[in-house]
Amino acid sequence: MTGVTVRLEGLVKHFGRVQALKGIDLTLTPGELVAFLGPSGCGKTTTLLLIAGIYKATAGQIFFDDRRIDHLHPRDRDIGMVFQSYALYPHLTMFENIAFPLRLQRVPKAEVKRKVEQTAELLGISEQLLRRPALVSGGQQQRAALARALVKEPRVLLLDEPLSNLDALIRLSARAEIRRLQKELGITSILVTHDQSEALAMADRVAVFSVGEVEQFATPEELYKAPATTFVAGFVGFPPMNLFEGRFNGAFEAKGLKIPLSPGHPGGKGYLGIRPEDIRFDGEIAARVLLVEVLGKDSLLTLEAAGHILKAMSLEGMQVAIGDELLLNFPVEKLHLFDAEGKRIQRQAS
Amino acid sequence: MPLLPQRWRLLLVLLLVIGLPIATGLIWLLLTALFDRVHGLIPQGDFGSENWRFLWQGSVSGRPSIWVALLNSVMFAGAVAVIEVLVSAMAAYAISRMRFPLRSMYLRFALMLHAFPAISLIIAIFYILRILGLFDTLIGVILVKASLELPLGIWLMKGFFDHLSWEMEMAALVDGASRWTLFWRIALPLVRPGILALGTFALLSAWGEFILPFTLIVSGKSWTLALYLQSFMGESFIDFGLMAGVGLFYVLPVVLFFLLGQRYLLNIYSGGAKG
Repeated sequence: MTGVTVRLEGLVKHFGRVQALKGIDLTLTPGELVAFLGPSGCGKTTTLLLIAGIYKATAGQIFFDDRRIDHLHPRDRDIGMVFQSYALYPHLTMFENIAFPLRLQRVPKAEVKRKVEQTAELLGISEQLLRRPALVSGGQQQRAALARALVKEPRVLLLDEPLSNLDALIRLSARAEIRRLQKELGITSILVTHDQSEALAMADRVAVFSVGEVEQFATPEELYKAPATTFVAGFVGFPPMNLFEGRFNGAFEAKGLKIPLSPGHPGGKGYLGIRPEDIRFDGEIAARVLLVEVLGKDSLLTLEAAGHILKAMSLEGMQVAIGDELLLNFPVEKLHLFDAEGKRIQRQAS
Repeated sequence: MPLLPQRWRLLLVLLLVIGLPIATGLIWLLLTALFDRVHGLIPQGDFGSENWRFLWQGSVSGRPSIWVALLNSVMFAGAVAVIEVLVSAMAAYAISRMRFPLRSMYLRFALMLHAFPAISLIIAIFYILRILGLFDTLIGVILVKASLELPLGIWLMKGFFDHLSWEMEMAALVDGASRWTLFWRIALPLVRPGILALGTFALLSAWGEFILPFTLIVSGKSWTLALYLQSFMGESFIDFGLMAGVGLFYVLPVVLFFLLGQRYLLNIYSGGAKG
């Protein structure tokens, strides 16, 4: 089985007067797992349902390879989908749930049996096939939903928050398992999630959604190292990046703070960001400790500097208490600069 | 040890008093049907097989055979129940799941229709059936009875469909189902409790229906049991024994239905969508 290229072109979706999607352009390469990451109401699930064919786009086109599919009925799109609630059919046994797509395709009985058993085996739910969904655990229901999506060997797999109803512990193993299966089968897949750790851990590339738009489409590493906008900077990474609003003037000035920059930056208003883990404690910016949260090996510090509240990670072996004065250093090479619209200012080649 | 707590005894007495008239009626029916004569509630004479002669005499005083009336009643109640459940379920599904113009107006209108007493429409219905050539036919009354009950049925079934999850329907569409397949194979099985409830009500209501057949059916070959029973009322000499016999005969299928079906009927809500 080989995956297809999925191409979204200028997808727009209105619900009445509400504009849910303002124009989505994305291209997924075959066999890739892409995560749609964003807060609730950002349009990531809407986009997924457009691809599934549940909603009709107001404008724009969807292609699988070079075939346009946005006018097709869901059943003709060759997709498998897993829903947040699993959406298993409660009146059917697990076997019949998984077999349902095949039955609709009028696959011969013997082959249905073979395929269902094979898929169940792959997901480790062979023992539960004769039970009703309500009688098996949440993890097993989730696997059955995945099995139902995979049994017809779809060309595209859509996952809508598939893990958010699972216990934290099972969630970690389910993540790894979905990832393994997806790589093994090579199906082009889309994972919708609001959980950035899930997106970063599972996806080859992540599309970060804000209100009806894709802010950035990049690898997890790139999102972290070079967020394209202040929205991505604030959304991806935990704890989130510190952002200051101010003015570029050779250095960066924000009421009471003056942070030196490497030369060659434009002037004007903008934003400066630095991740908590990049802040060092050997500089000249005076800050007072407001709060210390022990995370294990190190601690998360909430600091106040010239009226700005910011977060920093303590270094190993550092003893800090509430009320302590620290001198911060924002290393120039770790700074993220954004213009007045929140767009990343590319570092000038030097 | 007393079987009931002290304070419940009063309640029990009260309930017995309230139930007495109904119980008396039933006892009278039973005794009158079984004995030659009954004075008050005291049976006189022997077991009255005369009262049951309608069962083996082809026709009692020019009436059609009771078996024809029974068959008509069964067909009437059965057809009304099937039509009502089927049409209600389909209409309710559409209203619950699809968007179409005037949807909410339609809903309000349906409820208003239900508020109309059927009897106030009966003259108009009479004319309509005459024009359609359905007057004095079982099919005609079946259609009238089923339509009059539809608004209630639609509202009831809509409530059941509203509780189905949207994600499950989306899943079925993605799995390859058409709307039609989805309705029959996913949605309908999941509202089984509603179908059972509505079907039972429809069946009983049609079984006991009198005024519609009375107005819209004339010839004996289309009589239902209710009409058969009523036909005794107009005679100068009323044979109460015979009438009670017919009455008991009329009740028996319902009693049988409850005896056989009570396990399902009492559990109407336990087989719900949660599976």
